Amino acid sequence: MPESTEILNALVLFANYIIVPGLAYGSQLALGALGVTLIYGILRFSNFAHGDMMAFGTMVTILVTWGLQSVGIGLGPLPTALLALPLGILATIALCLLTDKWVYKYYRSQKSAPVTFVMASLGVMFMVNGIVRFIIGTDDQRFFDGERFIIKAREFKQMTGLNEGLAIKTSQGITVVIAIILVILLFWFLQKTRSGKAMRAYSDNEDLSLLSGINPDKVVRTTWIIAAALTCVAGVLYGLDKSFKPFTYFQLLLPIFAAAIVGGIGQPIGAIVGGYVIAFSEMMVTYPYKKFVGYLAPEQWQPDGLLQLLSTEYKFAVSFIILVLVLLVRPTGIFKGKVL
Amino acid sequence: MFLSGENLRGGYGGADILKGCTIGVDKGEIAVIVGPNGAGKSTAMKAMLGMLDLNEGKVSMNGKDITTMTPQDRVAEGIAFVPQTSNVFVSMTVEENLEMGAFLREDDFTGTRDMIFDLFPILKEKRRQPAGELSGGQRQQVAVGRALMTQPAVLMLDEPTAGVSPIVMDELFDRILEVRETGVAILMVEQNARQALNIADRGYVLVTGENRFTDTGEALLADPEVRRSFLGG
Repeated sequence: MPESTEILNALVLFANYIIVPGLAYGSQLALGALGVTLIYGILRFSNFAHGDMMAFGTMVTILVTWGLQSVGIGLGPLPTALLALPLGILATIALCLLTDKWVYKYYRSQKSAPVTFVMASLGVMFMVNGIVRFIIGTDDQRFFDGERFIIKAREFKQMTGLNEGLAIKTSQGITVVIAIILVILLFWFLQKTRSGKAMRAYSDNEDLSLLSGINPDKVVRTTWIIAAALTCVAGVLYGLDKSFKPFTYFQLLLPIFAAAIVGGIGQPIGAIVGGYVIAFSEMMVTYPYKKFVGYLAPEQWQPDGLLQLLSTEYKFAVSFIILVLVLLVRPTGIFKGKVL
Repeated sequence: MFLSGENLRGGYGGADILKGCTIGVDKGEIAVIVGPNGAGKSTAMKAMLGMLDLNEGKVSMNGKDITTMTPQDRVAEGIAFVPQTSNVFVSMTVEENLEMGAFLREDDFTGTRDMIFDLFPILKEKRRQPAGELSGGQRQQVAVGRALMTQPAVLMLDEPTAGVSPIVMDELFDRILEVRETGVAILMVEQNARQALNIADRGYVLVTGENRFTDTGEALLADPEVRRSFLGG
C-alpha cells in the first residue's frame, strides 16, 4: 500500500494537470457550445462560422486591450482584456446581426433546407476567417497581463509540504467564475423572462409559437445577440488562458460541436455537460500517467513508458471519436437533444 | 355570421381541395365540420385561418374582410387555433404553455389562467409538469387552454378528440360546451361525427370539398340520409 502522502501527491498531481485545466478548458468549450446549441435550437442549422465569430470577437478585444494598455489603463491584478471585453462582445453582436441580415435572412425567407444554411455559414466562416487574419495576422498573440497565478505551485508545496504543487492560473479562475455567472444568467433568462420563454417556445414548436403571436424576427435577433456574447467571452477566455491564434480558433469548432452534440444539441444544459465531457476526455487521454502511477504503485511496478494513450498532437482525434461514437450510439446526446 | 368563409376554393398548390364550400359560426355557438376522409374538413378550417391560398372566396370576421390576412394577424384579431398534432410546447410546463398562449396580451392574464384552471382542474394540478409528460387527453386540455389564453372571439379546433379514449372525449366535449357558454364562437373539425353533431348548433357535412348537408346538429343527426351515408346507420 502506498503511504497517505503518496496518495495525496498523486491526487494533487492529477488536480494540477487534469482537474484545474480541464475545468477551465471545459468552461470555455461549454460557453462556445452554448452558442452553437442556441443557434441550432432556434435557427435550426449548425453554424460553422462559430469558431471564427469567436476569433473575431477575441481579435477586437485584443485590439482594444492593446489600446488600453498603451494609454496605461489596466485592472491591476486582473487582465486588462476584461475591460475590453464589452467592446469585443458588441463587435461580435454587430457582426452576427449583420451576417444574419445579409446572409441568413434571405435563406430563411426562402425556407431553405438546413444544409443550405450550413453551406452559407461555411461561406461566412471563410469570410470572417479572412477578415481576422487580414487585420491581426496569423501569428500567436498573447494579451494576458496582471497577476499570473492565484496559487503558485511553489507556494502550494511550501504550504502543504507535498512534493507536488498545485498551480491555479488567474485565467483559469476567471474562466470558471465568468462561466458560472454567464450560465446562471442564461438559465435565468431562458426560464424566467418573457423573451427567454419565447425563445424556448420557438425552439420547441415553431408553428405553435407563431400561432401564439411570438415574433420570429425578435426571437432570431435575441438568439444571435446571446450566442455572439457567449462566443466572444469563450474566445477571450480561451485566449487569456492559452493564446490567440486564428487557426486554433478555427480548430476549436470541432470540440465545440462535439460538446454540443454529446450533450444533446439544442439543449443548453447539454452543451455545458458536453463541454466538460470533451475537455476531460481530451485531457485524460493525452495525459502521461507515468508519474501518477509512480506515486501509487509499488516500486517494482514502476512503468518504463510515459503511460500516455495519445500524444497531445492528436487531441482533436478525441473529440472526433467521441462525436462519431455519440452519433452512432445515441444521436440525441446525453440530454435528448434533436437529431442532427 | 360572426366568422364566415364563403364559396372557398383553393388547395395547397396542386388541384383544388376546396371546391366552393361555405362555412361559418356565430358567437356562443358550436359549428362542426364533419365528412369522410379527404373531404377537405381540415383544409376548410385552415382556409379560415389563412394557412392556404384561396383562389376564390372570402373570409370575413365581424363584418371585416380578412381574406388576405396572415394567420398571425388573424390570431391578433381574435381567432385562436388548436392544431390536431403538436399542439403543445412539449418541453415547457403546463403553466408556461398557458403563458405562451397569452404572449400577445399586455395586461394581467392571471384571471384568464385561473379561469382555465377552473375549467380544466387537472391542469392546475400538473401546472409545473412539462406538457410532453402528460397523457393525450391532458395534452388536449393544455392545447385548448393555451388557445383560450388570448381570450379569443373564435376558437378553432382541428379534431380535438383524435386519439383520446371515449371517456376523455365526452369530458372534452363537456368542457367545450362550457367554453361556448362564455360566448366564444367555436368551429370544430371532427372525426367522431355522431358525438360532435350531438353538441353542435350548426353542422356542415363536407364531401370532396363541397357542402353536402348544412343544418343544425340535431337535424343532421335525425336526417336518415346523413345517418346512412356518414354516421353508419
